[in-house]
Amino acid sequence: MSLELRDIRKTFGPVRANDGVDLTVEAGALHGLLGENGAGKSTLMKILSGFIAADSGDVILDGERLALSSPRDAIRAGIGMLHQDPLVFLPLTVLDNFILGSPGGARIDRRAGARRLQETSERFGFGFDPDAPVRSLTVGERQQLEILRLLWLGARVLILDEPTTGISATQRVKLFETLRSLAAQGTIVIFVSHKLEEVEELCDRVTVMRRGKAVGEAEMPCPTDRLVEMMFGKVLVEAEPTTVPPGDPVVELDSVTLRERTITTADLSLSVRAGEVVGLAGLEGSGQRTFLRACAGLLGPASGRMLIGGRDLTGRGYRDFLAAGVHYLPAGRLEEGLVPGLTVAEHFVLTGGARRAFIDWQDARRLAETKIRDNFIVGIPGSTADSLSGGNQQRLLLAMMPPRLRLLLMEHPTRGLDIESADWVWTKLLERRDEGTAIVFASTDLDELLRYSDRILVFFAGQVLRVLDAHETSGEELGHLIGGKELV
Amino acid sequence: MRPLGLPGSAASRLLPVVLALGVALLLLKLAGAPPLEAMRLLVEGSVGSSAKVSDTLAAWVPLALVSAGLVITFAAGLWNIGVEGQIVAGAIAATWVAREVPGPAPLLVALTLVAGVVGGALWALLAGVLRTRGRVNEIFGGLGLDFVASGLAIFLIIGPWKRKGIASTSGTELFRPETWLPTVGPSRLPALAIGLAVAAVILVFLLMRGTLFGLRLKAVGRNARSAHLMGIPTERYTLSAFALCGALAGLAGTIQATGVFHKLVPAVSGGYGFLGILVVLLAGFRASWIAPIALFFAAIAVGSTQLSLRLDLDSSLAGVLQGVLVLFVILAGGWRVRRSRARAGSAPQEEA
Repeated sequence: MSLELRDIRKTFGPVRANDGVDLTVEAGALHGLLGENGAGKSTLMKILSGFIAADSGDVILDGERLALSSPRDAIRAGIGMLHQDPLVFLPLTVLDNFILGSPGGARIDRRAGARRLQETSERFGFGFDPDAPVRSLTVGERQQLEILRLLWLGARVLILDEPTTGISATQRVKLFETLRSLAAQGTIVIFVSHKLEEVEELCDRVTVMRRGKAVGEAEMPCPTDRLVEMMFGKVLVEAEPTTVPPGDPVVELDSVTLRERTITTADLSLSVRAGEVVGLAGLEGSGQRTFLRACAGLLGPASGRMLIGGRDLTGRGYRDFLAAGVHYLPAGRLEEGLVPGLTVAEHFVLTGGARRAFIDWQDARRLAETKIRDNFIVGIPGSTADSLSGGNQQRLLLAMMPPRLRLLLMEHPTRGLDIESADWVWTKLLERRDEGTAIVFASTDLDELLRYSDRILVFFAGQVLRVLDAHETSGEELGHLIGGKELV
Repeated sequence: MRPLGLPGSAASRLLPVVLALGVALLLLKLAGAPPLEAMRLLVEGSVGSSAKVSDTLAAWVPLALVSAGLVITFAAGLWNIGVEGQIVAGAIAATWVAREVPGPAPLLVALTLVAGVVGGALWALLAGVLRTRGRVNEIFGGLGLDFVASGLAIFLIIGPWKRKGIASTSGTELFRPETWLPTVGPSRLPALAIGLAVAAVILVFLLMRGTLFGLRLKAVGRNARSAHLMGIPTERYTLSAFALCGALAGLAGTIQATGVFHKLVPAVSGGYGFLGILVVLLAGFRASWIAPIALFFAAIAVGSTQLSLRLDLDSSLAGVLQGVLVLFVILAGGWRVRRSRARAGSAPQEEA
């Protein structure tokens, strides 16, 4: 049995998430799908599991072309996906969750379900109490339950999307054991991950994705260097030396501990000076966002002190940070930055620092026209923010920034932008830097990190693993560190 | 909450109105009534004489006030279901003034109005604080407070404020005439109330269109996270929206108590709060459409009383007609969105 994906294409607006992906997976081998965030892995797997429809391309399982327009179709065809967060129903019991989604009419055969649950759990050495509420299970156990359920539904293809996030080390061992035995029994197992180490440990064969394409395949074991190169491409960038000598510290962290959901960043001491550019590297969700939110005053530190421009703002609110000249631009442009449905002109009114109660719309329109011209935004004052393309949304966000800034915090400044927009964004950012604004940005683009940063903080599992001098770091070294591996 | 209501280009928007009318005619037919005769009675009953026009306008006033208030809460992204309770709270506050405070007529009328505004606003702020501080969804909080307000009114009517010797839910003692809202002419045209409602609708229109406050409110309503990052104090704006809507609802309650019933009755809200929600949905959340749509609804409500008198039909037909109309209009809006999406290809989704 084999699974074949042929020339899969999917675009989201201007973004080509899958740009003609070909992938063949044979039964009996654990197949890894490796790539950094945004490489298109999740999209591809969502297409395979019927969650979203491809624009074009074919899915062929065991010689048969499948028409997948919903998860139901995929499950019927024997394709089951274990999502990053197991899709369980927390208030229901283990048995209810197991039975849920099983084919058949309105009648539920609980006894048969319980028997099957018992049998399959024994086969894999899982222990479940059928009457326990799922809420009481750990994430790892929920995954196990979900795997059993998918197998019971007749899954011949099992997709696991970043399954090790949030589970313990012992559960990981157990999970890997299960996957190996499934593969040995002829199930097609696709293991999606951006963690080099896990793919190396588990998989027999690996396909690497980058920018919406399958860029390479390798039999395991394979040298890490080669995988890194396939993941990130050849990175040959020299950091651009700072043109401004760094000035006074604008943000100082004094043994700060941050806690947000599963992320804990312990005992971080650091300062960023005026005119400095600091890049935050790491796999997404490794703590970069938490760090940025803390610097913006959106997240109070659990302990330690935080100084902005020499003033202690520990525990103060976001608006105090704003007043101190801090500006934060998160990644979600329409979610955390712009207001869908409001026009470009209205955005400038909102952020223009207007004090008067009544709006002079003629004035506002003129101002918007000027800003649109100066910032090369493709649109008119009456365009709504959500009607703009991603690049133009980013231009609008930059144009909305207040004139004098001490510290600019950004997530993925150029994600999803074409080269011209990306260059323009950095021209604007560097202008700010030349005025003495310190810039701290998170990115998964090694090229961008190395080109523009003075220093790079590498985050791994919530901790700052290393602080690198960007001018003396190679792309290879950075790639290894991001995957949690030191370059030997 | 995108406009799915009436406003917009013309022709295709008329279809739901025609459909709703068709359903109403069908229902009349099924009920064994002559449909055209019923329609004629409906029109005659609402605008047929100067007294009828006066009645229709008297119904328009609270509906327009409440709808104008709801435009504000909807702009802030809030479903202020508690508006019924805010009407009642305003009426209770006004009743207290009307019963307890001495003074000459003009002053008393002004005081009752102020008390109603304050009472409604405070009641709305309760729902607001429950939402911002207690994380209680405003729909549930508002619904709960509706029941509390109506319970409070009944308690007052049969308890502390009961008529001498009898405790009846038919209402309190009539207010002193000095506290009655003045009317004009033999058909008792509620001129002052109409003036207040017109002013409220215009003010809300201007607020939403020309002020920084209105723009910020819209930003908070459409995307509170972005608004917060822009430095807008979102909580304060949410509470302001509640207070303003409550104030207008309280004003409506006052006018009901001092201008229509001249006493506090359990059903003082007249259902105008929920009806107001329908008006605003139909208006596509825009203040400029409130006045005519509220007038249309008021006319149907007043006219339908003729149906029960003359054709022995239940006057709830008015509610059915209003409800069906709103459903068809929203349905048509949903269809338009679907069609334009289908035309534009699959809608862009967020990549996970």
